Order: sequence, then structure tokens, then C-alpha cells
Amino acid sequence: MVDFIRETIILWPVAIPLAAAAFAAALSGRHGLQRVVTLGAVIMTFAASLLLLSIVLSEGMVAKEFGGWRAPFGIVFMADSFSAAMVTIANLLALCAIIFAQTELRPRQIEAGFHPLFQGLMVGVNGAFLTGDIFNLYVWFEVMLITTLGLITLDRTRAQIDGAIKYAILNLISTILFLMAIGLLYGATGTLNMSDLARVLPETQASAALTISAMMFLVAFGIKSGFFPMFFWLPSSYHTASIIVSAVFAGLLTKVGIYALFRVFTLLFDIDDGAYKPLMAFFAAGTMIFGVFGAAVQWDVRRILSFHIISQIGYIMLGLAVATPLALAGAVFYIFHHIIVKANLFFIAGAIWRATGTFDLRQCGGLIKQSPYLTLLFAIPALSLAGIPPLSGFWAKFMMIDASFRGDAGWLAAVALFVGLLTIFSMSKIWLEAFWKNPPRPIHYRPVPVTVTVPIVTLCIITLTIGFAPDALVRFSQRAATDMADRQAFIALFFDDTDIAEVNQ
Amino acid sequence: MSLIFTTMTRIFFILLLVASIFMLFRGHNNPGGGFIGGLFAALAFALLALSDSVDTARRALMVHPITLLGLGLLLALLSGLPGLFSDSSFLRHWWTSIGALHVGTATIFDVGVFLVVIGGVLSLVFRFYQEEPA
Repeated sequence: MVDFIRETIILWPVAIPLAAAAFAAALSGRHGLQRVVTLGAVIMTFAASLLLLSIVLSEGMVAKEFGGWRAPFGIVFMADSFSAAMVTIANLLALCAIIFAQTELRPRQIEAGFHPLFQGLMVGVNGAFLTGDIFNLYVWFEVMLITTLGLITLDRTRAQIDGAIKYAILNLISTILFLMAIGLLYGATGTLNMSDLARVLPETQASAALTISAMMFLVAFGIKSGFFPMFFWLPSSYHTASIIVSAVFAGLLTKVGIYALFRVFTLLFDIDDGAYKPLMAFFAAGTMIFGVFGAAVQWDVRRILSFHIISQIGYIMLGLAVATPLALAGAVFYIFHHIIVKANLFFIAGAIWRATGTFDLRQCGGLIKQSPYLTLLFAIPALSLAGIPPLSGFWAKFMMIDASFRGDAGWLAAVALFVGLLTIFSMSKIWLEAFWKNPPRPIHYRPVPVTVTVPIVTLCIITLTIGFAPDALVRFSQRAATDMADRQAFIALFFDDTDIAEVNQ
Repeated sequence: MSLIFTTMTRIFFILLLVASIFMLFRGHNNPGGGFIGGLFAALAFALLALSDSVDTARRALMVHPITLLGLGLLLALLSGLPGLFSDSSFLRHWWTSIGALHVGTATIFDVGVFLVVIGGVLSLVFRFYQEEPA
């Protein structure tokens, strides 16, 4: 039994949420049972992803071919340390969100299908992280798109439908571009398996089709992850969804786009080729600056945080713009730090709403007297996001800026530092308005339930742990960056030396 | 709705359901399969909803479309398990021959798809056809 689980471990992070989505849909109308199914599923999926991570760390990459079809003909799953860690952290976040949802979910939202849709989203996210086939990645993106649309419109308000339509249109453009890029790539190489592509692409003659395909991948994933100048869908849709949903979106969705971008530009295309790097640098700088300026004029906590997702995505993009091993490691570190901190800030926005009944900073205030603990819990991720030592954000920014200077991209480092300063401005705005100032008119404060504080405290503890002992995660990020760029290891997963020799002849 | 439409729907309802089952099972080697079969069956119920009322169609379907969707998904997932346990390869199907008939666990997968398509399409169609309570 143990051997069997080890053998099939890579399937479970997708199979468990899929089964849970099926059960939750079949049990529609029975809220109690649905809740048990979802809670059990997120715990089991998190356990499975931890096991996957430990196996990958101790024994190297894990791979699986579906339906008994050999690669490159069948669909494959593969996990290196980067994707296994992404799966783990995604499912940790899902667990936190479901705990948060225990008291915050309204019966109407459950009626509208929260449980099956949420599990469906996790199927898509985990599938996107684990797949080893570029067309299969497209399928998981579609799964995510459909379920996110359902999740945004849970309450069926006018604002939500407006947000969902903006989200849908830009993301449909993105998926169409993605599909066309896959088509061109397949036309040029005749294969869709990522390991096979890593083997074939360096031997393929450079052509216009390949360059266009790479650009389309860049734009498609760019829209998904909210790059400048294609980020407008993000701040106009995230804040309309219910706060549980926004927190999960903020933590995961843009990061799936970023993950796919890193995969494609490390495993398939050579980032050092041609004009990719200056283009990435342009995107990174624009994303950082416009995101943080966008946040400066907002008054809704959720909108401020949404714009900050964008500026933080710019920091992660720095990793590909510089593209040294150091910069890639910094980007991996940054992704982990960002998922935890950003989702936590959204949870705290939910707690602020619980306590004061509003998301508008102008309306609330006085929380420092009412709930000093919440104030402390806000300070940790907020200061971490701004990059104040010794919290996790400091190390993340330090690694990125250090790598930029060493990688001859001093101007990017300067932009990053400047944007960091503006981030402090936004965070102090939330601090001053929601916690420090006296409310403009008396507020009836409500207590914050324990299920809301548990996820916030958990994520705060992780932020603090990374902050005070960054060593382990830095070393892990370096390993993930090396694994990510190691084409030979990916090829060796499915093709032995004799296959390669045949191709070379 | 017109009398002709209402009367013909009774016949078409049966015909479409029979055709959907036929499509479902010929699908392995010929054009057809769970997806197309599911669309046929969903069309049968959509016609009933249009000619009679959504409530009649819901009663004829007996279970809620979303429940059907969940059951179908579950069935598709279960069809992958035998291969997982025998060869630890998910969705590797078992095949056997009964006389000239070649059957396998892939059929269960197709039935699952069939149910998912009926459930998915009908949950949309019923919502559209439903008259808002005044």
C-alpha cells in the first residue's frame, strides 16, 4: 500500500480535488455533507502534496504517463522541486481558505455551488503545476477559467457580473493566444510533450513561426499573470468576489501564469536568445511601477491589495528579465513569499470587514483600540510586503535587487527600490485609516470569529519563520532554480540515451 | 406553444433519447461518444422544457442537473481506477471480448462524460427557460 501511494503520488493532488468536486456536485443541496467533503479533501490534498514534495526532494523528479501511453504520445505529469513546492503552497492556501470559509460562507453562496467550484479550481491549479504536456496545460487553464467565473459570480450581484465579464474577455483572449502559440509550436516541432520539446527545440532551425509562438506565449501568460499593460482585468474583478474567493485568486491565479511563463522560458525557449530579455525587463519595470501607482489612488482595501498584486508580479518578472541562476532563485523565493503574504492580507481585509462592516478605508477606523491583536496580525504581512527587515519580503526583495545589480541591470534594481518605497506608502495608508484614526462616525464593532484568525495566524507564523530563518528557503529556491533550468533532467525523465542518439544521427 | 410542436415533442423526446444511447455506444470506433450522446439527450429534455414547461422537464429528469454532473464526473474518475491498481497507470483501461463485442472500462468513462454533458447543458438551459416568478 505504501509503495502504491509512493508510486502514484503525483496523481493525488489532482485526483482528490476532482473526486471532491464530483461528490460536492452530486451532493448539491446538502450543505453539511458538502462542507465535510471539502474540508476532508483539502486536508488530504495538502498531505498528498507534502508527501510529493518530500519524495521529490529526497529522490529527484517524479513523472507519470497516463493511460499506459508512452511519452511523447500520451499525456504526462511531471514534478520537479519547483512544481512540487508550488503545489504544496497552493494547497496550504486552499486549506487556510476553507478554514476561513467555515463561518464566512453564506448559505446563498453554497447554494450557488461554492464547494464544487472551489474544488474544480484546485483541480485546475494543481493540474497546471504538474502537467508535462503543453496542450494539457491549456486544458488546465480552461478548467481554471470556467471555475473562476463561477466563483466570481457567487452572489450574482451586478458588480460581480461586470467584473466577471471583464475577467472573461481578457482571459479568453489570453487562452486563444495560448492555443495559437501551441499550434505554431506543434507545426514547427511536431510534438507537445514538454520534455520532448526541450529535446527537439534546440535542434530545430530558428524560424519566424517559433519566434511568434514564443511572443504569443509571453503575451498569453502575461495577461494571465497581470503584466503591464494588460493588467486592467485584475483590479476590476478581484474586489467584486467574496473575500474567500479573492484571497485564493490573489494568492494563486496570477502565480499559475507566472509559473507557466517560467516553465516555457526555461525549459522550451532559451531566454538568452534574441530580444526576450529586454522585453521582459520592459514588462517587469512597467508592471512594478503602474501597479504601485494604481494602488496609491484607491480607497477600498481590496482594490489597493489588487493593484499591489500587479506591482509584485513585476518583481517576480525581474527574475526572467535578468535570468541568471541567482535571479531565478530570487524569483522562486519571491513567489513563495508573495503567495503567503498577499493571501494573508486579503484574509485580513476580510477580518477588517468582519469587525467594522466595510471595506472602505474612509469609513472604518479605530481598530487599534478595538482589536490590538488584529493590528499586530496586519502589521506582519504589511511590513513584509513592503520589504522591511527582518520579514520575508525583505529577503525576497534583497535577493531580487542583489541579482539585478550583479546581472548588469542596475536600472531595474533602482525601479524595484523606488516601488518598494511606494509600497510602504500604501501599507501605511491602510494602517493609518483602518487601524489608527478614529472612525468618522461611530461603528458597531463585531467580534472576529476564531476560524478567521486561525488562517491569518498560521500564515503570519510562516512569514515570521521565513523572515528569521531564510536560510532553508533560500537554499531550496536555489535548488528549484537549478532544477528548473536543467533540460537534460527533464529529457531523461521520459527518454533514455538511445532515443537521443537516434535523433542526433 | 403550438399543438403540432407539443405533440411532436412527445415523439422526438423518445427518439432523441434512443438516438443518444445509440450515439453513446457507437462512439468508441465511430463518430459519436459520450459528448455527442450527451448533447442529444440534453436536447431531448430541452425540447420538453420548451414545449411543456421547465418543471415538467425537471420532473422527467428526476435528479437535479448538477447532481447528474457530479455523478458523471465521479463515474469518469472511477473508470480510471482499475488501471491505476493493476498497472499503477491512471486511465489505462481494461479490455475484454464478449463474442465479437469488444468492451472495456473506457465505456464507463464515456457514460461519465455523457452524464456530465447532460447535467452541464441542462443546468444552463433550464435556467434560461425558467420563467421568473412574478
